Amino acid sequence: MSDVKDTSTAAPARGTDLPAQSPPVDPAETVLASEKAGGRLSWWHGEGGEGARRNLALIGVLVVLVIIGAATRSDLYSRPDWVWDNVLSILKLASVVGVVTVGMTFVMIGGGIDLSVGAIVALAGVWCTTVATQSYGAGGMIFSALTVGMAVGLVNGLLISYGRLVPFIATLAMLVAARGLAAEISDKQTQVSDNGFINGLASNNVLGIPLLVYILAAVVAAGWVLLNRTTFGRRTVAVGGNPEAARLAGIDVKRHTLLLYALSGLCCGIAAVMLTAQANSAQAAMANLYELDAIAAAIIGGTLLSGGRGTITGSLLGVIIFATITNLFAINGLTTEAQNMVKGGIIVAAVLIQQVQFRSLTQFLGRNRLTRTT
Amino acid sequence: MTQHSRDLSRRRLLFGGAAVGAGVLLAGCTSNEEQPTEAQTKAANAPGGNSEPGKQVTIGFSAPAADHGWIAAITNNAKAQAGTFSDVEFKTVEAGADAAAQRAALSTLISQKPDVIVLLPHDGKELNAFGLEAMKAGIPVVNLDRAFPDAKAYRLQIKGDNYGMGVAAATYIIVQLKAKNVANPVIGEIAGMDELELTQERSKGFADTLAQAGFKVANRRAARFTADSGQQEASQLLQALPRMDALWNHDDDQGIGVMAAINQANRKEFFMVGGAGSKKAIEDIQADDTPLKATVTYSPSMASSAISLARLIGQGRGMSDLVELQVPKEIILASETITKENAGDYLKLGF
Repeated sequence: MSDVKDTSTAAPARGTDLPAQSPPVDPAETVLASEKAGGRLSWWHGEGGEGARRNLALIGVLVVLVIIGAATRSDLYSRPDWVWDNVLSILKLASVVGVVTVGMTFVMIGGGIDLSVGAIVALAGVWCTTVATQSYGAGGMIFSALTVGMAVGLVNGLLISYGRLVPFIATLAMLVAARGLAAEISDKQTQVSDNGFINGLASNNVLGIPLLVYILAAVVAAGWVLLNRTTFGRRTVAVGGNPEAARLAGIDVKRHTLLLYALSGLCCGIAAVMLTAQANSAQAAMANLYELDAIAAAIIGGTLLSGGRGTITGSLLGVIIFATITNLFAINGLTTEAQNMVKGGIIVAAVLIQQVQFRSLTQFLGRNRLTRTT
Repeated sequence: MTQHSRDLSRRRLLFGGAAVGAGVLLAGCTSNEEQPTEAQTKAANAPGGNSEPGKQVTIGFSAPAADHGWIAAITNNAKAQAGTFSDVEFKTVEAGADAAAQRAALSTLISQKPDVIVLLPHDGKELNAFGLEAMKAGIPVVNLDRAFPDAKAYRLQIKGDNYGMGVAAATYIIVQLKAKNVANPVIGEIAGMDELELTQERSKGFADTLAQAGFKVANRRAARFTADSGQQEASQLLQALPRMDALWNHDDDQGIGVMAAINQANRKEFFMVGGAGSKKAIEDIQADDTPLKATVTYSPSMASSAISLARLIGQGRGMSDLVELQVPKEIILASETITKENAGDYLKLGF
């Protein structure tokens, strides 16, 4: 469960306390600094355990949700086969948004935001289900979805890194434009996928587990390795934490930013194939508001909106929590309106709790005491 | 018999006769023997049918740019119908993403001075003011499907019957379940976008009719008229109801996703009723190899009818089968139930 160590909470004025010449790539340095300041701490209580503690809190939320589910629908939870089936249904529900969220987490850690993910999923989905594309079979469909996703991501990246557009604006423009193009290509119709292999991705199981869940697991694993065990991941954190310092440290910030958006686009392409498989079709209005679902999941997973911090595991847990809420409301026959209100509440609550609990509680109390005496 | 009694009997006779006479007279009054004039009926084969060309009419058309099969069919039908008339010029403006955008688009339409405007508003309430304005400017407005609250805001309103759709779906389900003798059936519902009034009306018609048979909806999820949202909501509904007897899905476009979810969950113990009447749904019903056994119509063919009627309004003509000299003010289409038996007839109306 280890993840990228946090540099921001220890040093609120990120970057200013770091010598600009030295690469801030190694967060261990800042961890050491904070430990010196706050006294020697064990791994668990120190910055290293930060991500782990955060994720444990999310798992706690999950457990609570499951307990509520079991209490309210005990008739269903008393059947082991149904429970297993339900777990799989939650994972399937989480799979598409989960893949999108992995890409989003990278972009957000890198200090950006990608509002166009839902639109890219729709565009890639529509592109890969046109009659012409379907005639090339499953391979052609997957290839076109991934290529379109990545190409749109590259355009986003070019606009942001070399066109110097603010990510919010560039991807907002892409959100509108990509959905427009998708509507144009599909002629506003729902395009049905007749491809047995693609549709089978959502209906077939291997060893009792749906293929979609394997795809999610593979993307999450790849994302985790990329973020935590490669230079690319380290650079992502550095670029998001302090772009100027990263630039001085010799990182090509522009090129890296470009790659991050392309990565997000690629994830959207994968998600488009998965969603097309699930719905047996694609249309320009699909993946509605996935950008918000992905951002919300990343945020309750502990990713900073300002960049420099975030974990793949946390984002995954965030997505699963939202899927579990949807499931909980569905099995109890409650309305979508109530469900959305609870989701909103959980986003706020999660961030509030994390702020209080994880901003080194002792420091927080100490400062209060200080202000009271002065 | 005395003289007195004879007098009495004569008086009786007199009164009796008068009463009978009055009765006959009254009865005669009720049976008005006078024939209605020619103008009050219509000969079955009267000349001057609606298809005969009339004066040139410019019809302005506006419908939301929603990327949904039904709305797309509305626009396509309107265009195609206008194309069949030699005396109609068809001007269309895209209504954009919301009511404000549509209002802006419509004001450019007014400046082009069409003879009639056919309009599917984003929201009837929000575009009511536009209807009033256009009517005041002397341009008759044909409201397509989303009613204006103000009767002065439109010349003609033609719409589907949302409440009736729910009624039709519930009626089919009740008949099927009663035939199978299912007591306490588990009935699911996948609605469309819940914030729309039309969805609420459909659900109300469905619930009301089920209640009359003593049934109720066990679980209801609202999707967003898209296949992917239909799949998601259906997959969760199936989780919630491990056994189900019947399912109503409001919209056949989102039904593609609902069917996908049913296949993915490998469930087939229930039957499903669709809504709207898409081509794919009608084909599936005809093939009879899926849980989809029926669909209740909400046909986008209403757009074609609206254009035909707008032409007549522009030409100042009535409907040739009706007696009135002008087109009626309101037409509500019946929601029909398509089953395997009549699917062949409806296939041409599927979108």
